[in-house]
Amino acid sequence: MRDYEPILLRNVGVPEARTLKGYEARGGYRGIRKALGSSPEQIVEEVKKANLRGRGGAGFPAGLKWSFLPKDRTITYLCVNADESEPPTFSNRLLMENDPHQVLEGAMIAAYATRAQVAYIYMRVEFHEQFHVLQRAVDEAYAAGYLGRRLFGHDFDLQVYIHRGAGAYVCGEETGLIESIEGKRGWPRIKPPFPALEGLFRRPTVVNNVETLANLPHLIERGAAWFTSIGPPHSTGPKLFCISGPVRRPGCYEGPMTITVRDLIERPEFGGGMLPGKRVKMVLPGGVSVGVLTANELDMKMDFADPAKYGLLGLGTAAAVVVDTDTDIRLVLRNLARFYALESCGQCTQCREGTSWMYKIAARIAAGAGRRADLDILEQTARNMGMMPGLSICGLPDGATYPIETLVRKFRSELEELIGQQEPARRDAVLQTVN
Amino acid sequence: MAWPTIDRNQPAGDSGAAPLLSEAVREKIRSFFARYETKRAALLPALHIVQDALGHVPPQAMVEVAEVLDIAPAAVLDTASFYTHFWTHPKGAQVIVVCRGLTCEVLGGNAVLEELKRLLGIDEHGTSADGRYSLVTEDCLAGCDHGPCLLIGEKLHRRVRPEDVARILADPDNGRLAYERSTLFDAPSSAPGEPGAGNGTGGVHEKGSG
Ligand SMILES: Cc1cc2nc3c(=O)[nH]c(=O)nc-3n(C[C@H](O)[C@H](O)[C@H](O)COP(=O)(O)O)c2cc1C
Ligand code: SF4
Ligand code: FES
Repeated sequence: MRDYEPILLRNVGVPEARTLKGYEARGGYRGIRKALGSSPEQIVEEVKKANLRGRGGAGFPAGLKWSFLPKDRTITYLCVNADESEPPTFSNRLLMENDPHQVLEGAMIAAYATRAQVAYIYMRVEFHEQFHVLQRAVDEAYAAGYLGRRLFGHDFDLQVYIHRGAGAYVCGEETGLIESIEGKRGWPRIKPPFPALEGLFRRPTVVNNVETLANLPHLIERGAAWFTSIGPPHSTGPKLFCISGPVRRPGCYEGPMTITVRDLIERPEFGGGMLPGKRVKMVLPGGVSVGVLTANELDMKMDFADPAKYGLLGLGTAAAVVVDTDTDIRLVLRNLARFYALESCGQCTQCREGTSWMYKIAARIAAGAGRRADLDILEQTARNMGMMPGLSICGLPDGATYPIETLVRKFRSELEELIGQQEPARRDAVLQTVN
Repeated sequence: MAWPTIDRNQPAGDSGAAPLLSEAVREKIRSFFARYETKRAALLPALHIVQDALGHVPPQAMVEVAEVLDIAPAAVLDTASFYTHFWTHPKGAQVIVVCRGLTCEVLGGNAVLEELKRLLGIDEHGTSADGRYSLVTEDCLAGCDHGPCLLIGEKLHRRVRPEDVARILADPDNGRLAYERSTLFDAPSSAPGEPGAGNGTGGVHEKGSG
């Protein structure tokens, strides 16, 4: 994508863009000014036409979500999802630390379109620098009259508050996030009612991801036709991709959703290829929760449609991690299983127990005491607890089961071989301790 | 024996202990009421403020927070215990959070954790004998492009190798962020009564209903 001009990342590495003045000098706050010249309904229509799909993981069209808000509402809230806890995802971090005003301008446009009077930016507590950078941007915006009362002289008031989390992956789930802002444990709510009807403080609420919102200033300024000219019809607009692991240039890059996983790893403007002596064993292309690809499946396109063809849950966060051939696959299995076991909030029995059992089994396999039957049990548990939609309050168990089911299925022979090579004495010693 | 039913909105009796939360801390907590429809929504900010002031959130502080927010002490514990970053027991002066996320593990993060355990003489969740450091692990700190990482205080340490650990521990500034702090977490920018700013008395989830 040498000819691709970054849009969302255009201010990365430009320190003055962190200030309001620097951001405006580089074309910032034109989108909100233009938006305020139209009606909120017109903005919703434009975003619908652009088919901007949510970047937080589920890919739900933003304009459509906004249109579910009841017409007769008086109070509306916007929640900006800056929880970014999906391993190994860091695109929201990059946006917030480099270009905080772009995030704010996006939030302003979304708030105007949805007629929200208050926006809460829910940020994971581990983001310290990002918190201070964004909070300073908020301060500057208030001081300039860009937040508060009568924004840019229009009949539009908006308060923006940053609400810091306290360490819980499930608070990234939109109703867990809402509960957390309300001062409760981040237990996701049963839907319906969907947040659009009954969300924060039981008011109509929209939750959008940071990257989704960062698209809005450009979408509004340049129009839906420009937006849809980037990428295929089902996956329009600029997109951020993360690449991490043993590659030469780990980082967050921007492009249209036409690139493949191989492009992301190998192209000089993206990952730049594997580190010397390293070879690809496996890639988790969309955060850990969408599942795994083998080294033979790298032609998967990083868009909203292609991942399903490879048995994956979706595009997820479009953050790829490469696992190399020197890594013991059993440790990958254990790492994934542990994450979900520790992060399941415990409300739903099959999620709480299922993730814990998968972790216990994975840990036993990693310790050198696996049995072939364990692989069947893992696959079966995965199928029972997550891949049957609607059984759980939230999507965490889907995210838990896709990586484990696809890993066990696609790498079964390797796992069986490792299990076959276990030292009987060690296996027995481990089994003694776990019974 | 029978268990008596008591009023859970009231602490079980005056412990006689001096209050843990200063008036300044209480005032700072109250300053967050303007941001939300309910006082309870100020609970996460309140717990952060208390932890910043005391280093952790002991049970008595929870009772006092409950008083400030006008909710049941049990509601404070219910929330506080859910989040991994609220500590009910004393921690070392600095908490080291080692990333155990997938990228960091693939890039050798386990060896960094082992070196930390060795040099501090503690296991995960432990505190060093001199009280300087506590050690915990967490999944993905969103710094995977610079893994393996660890977080000390506010500072993210990137591309850490086992041989870097001793130097990092010896650095007195290892938890300090170079970026200038915003003061706004201390003082909300919109005054109560601003349009859209809640007044903290919405009553949707008030005392006892949370
Ligand atoms: C367990 C779980 C964790 C999630 N974590 C995040 C997150 O950290 N950030 C995010 O934007 N969305 C996250 N989501 C998705 C949100 O529920 C929601 O779909 C999203 O914030 C909507 O924004 P978007 O439509 O702009 O993508 C998570 C979902 C689940 C089930
Ligand atoms: S599915 Fe799992 S994480 Fe989601 S609400 Fe149920 S127990 Fe909690
Ligand atoms: S995996 Fe360690 S920072 Fe993401």
